[in-house]
Amino acid sequence: MSKHALIQRHSASERLNHWLVAFAFILAGLSGLGFFHPGFYWLTNLFGGGTWARILHPFFGAGLALFFFIWVGREWKDNRITPEDWQWAKHMGDIMQNKMDNLPPIGKYNLGQKLLTRTMFTAIVLLLASGILIWQPWFAPEFSIELRRIGVVVHAFAAFVVLVCFIVHVYAAYWTRGAIRSMTRGTVTAAWARHHCAGWYKKIAG
Amino acid sequence: MALQSLDIKRRSATTTPVPGARATLEVVKLIDVSKCIGCKACQVACMEWNDLRDAIGENRGVYDNPADLSDQSWTVMRFAEVEPAPGRLEWLIRKDGCMHCADPGCLKSCPAPGAIVQYSNGIVDFHQEACVGCGYCVIGCPFNIPRLSPKDGKAYKCTLCSDRVAVGLEPACAKICPTGAILFGSKEDMLHHAAGRVVDLKERGYGQAGVYNPPGVDGTHVMYVLHHADRPELYQGLPKDPGISPLVALWKEIAKTLMNIGLGAAVVGGIVHYLTQGPNEVTEEEEETS
Repeated sequence: MSKHALIQRHSASERLNHWLVAFAFILAGLSGLGFFHPGFYWLTNLFGGGTWARILHPFFGAGLALFFFIWVGREWKDNRITPEDWQWAKHMGDIMQNKMDNLPPIGKYNLGQKLLTRTMFTAIVLLLASGILIWQPWFAPEFSIELRRIGVVVHAFAAFVVLVCFIVHVYAAYWTRGAIRSMTRGTVTAAWARHHCAGWYKKIAG
Repeated sequence: MALQSLDIKRRSATTTPVPGARATLEVVKLIDVSKCIGCKACQVACMEWNDLRDAIGENRGVYDNPADLSDQSWTVMRFAEVEPAPGRLEWLIRKDGCMHCADPGCLKSCPAPGAIVQYSNGIVDFHQEACVGCGYCVIGCPFNIPRLSPKDGKAYKCTLCSDRVAVGLEPACAKICPTGAILFGSKEDMLHHAAGRVVDLKERGYGQAGVYNPPGVDGTHVMYVLHHADRPELYQGLPKDPGISPLVALWKEIAKTLMNIGLGAAVVGGIVHYLTQGPNEVTEEEEETS
């Protein structure tokens, strides 16, 4: 392969899907944080005030769930956990110190990404289910007050989990140079592929 | 502040001190269920003073009318035919509405700053102009009182006529009650009066008569004198030991504090990691050997 050869990592439709998820996530997050804690209530001004944030938030959330489920569906084949992943995980201390030599050849995604997908999937399923329980005025009146109480607790907890996942995901993308370009322009260099996912590189480069 | 003459003790979703320079007398509305004749004058007075007109409902074959609280009906008489002892039929009539809890679950749950306030006189008031219509007050209330309006999506309930009380008047329902079953005054006076009523009821054969002022919500500013204080559920399901649901406490108190710390820690962790370890880069050498 030629010097500085570029490898396609994410197709245009994958990238579009990813950014739809991201866009819906940011809107749902910003509109929801105001209801998570009063310290974030000022964020509701971004949407035209508390009432607008309350009206819009569930629609952003439903959009997030839809696009995320599509994403998980299409990426699932690359998200199966393999024995190499567990070998890779043993080098976690080195990886955190940017020592990337002698890593087992893993596939397109690493174990951290695969676990993040699973955690986010579980949290978003919980957010969707609990969100429907408390969605005013359309669905909440159909459920008992006790069920709605469970709904708000689950919703707050799952929101916390998904926010931590988001912070980890955004930081990891920034930390791992080249990752953001792979999701904007779709390509990585051959060296990047070997550096991060040697197994995937072998499969692609043959 | 909606009412300049009333000081505020608690304000929903507010993390700074609330205006409270003045001290107001703690008030109580005492509803003596043993004196109520079910005339519904209180419902009418409530409609009149607050300019509320509920839709005309269906006859359901019972005296309860309207059938339930709504954004237009802030108080309803709840009629119960019960047999507290075999062969002894009693018709218990309870005026239902907001209990104005000292520890209000609605206020604790509300995410909208200033949509719910508790005045220092004990009245818990909804300010609909700040309400976002999320329905969390419904989730937080141990008495199932707040109702969202189908018209504007805001939550409504009894104000204990805070506008009247602010200018030294009694609530409209207390003013109109023809039998004196609804009294209004200082908490001290009302408790004193209630104690006398309990003695009287006990003398007249209601051995379990008592005052309903549940400690689970730190007491209420609407209290009942009940003939059967040991069995409040006889009065159309008045809860025996109401309190803010542990789920609501978990949601609002413990969880959110820990979660905010967790989110902050995740952000700080990322910054520290980047500053100490730097980016995970593919080196020039690696690129060259491609």
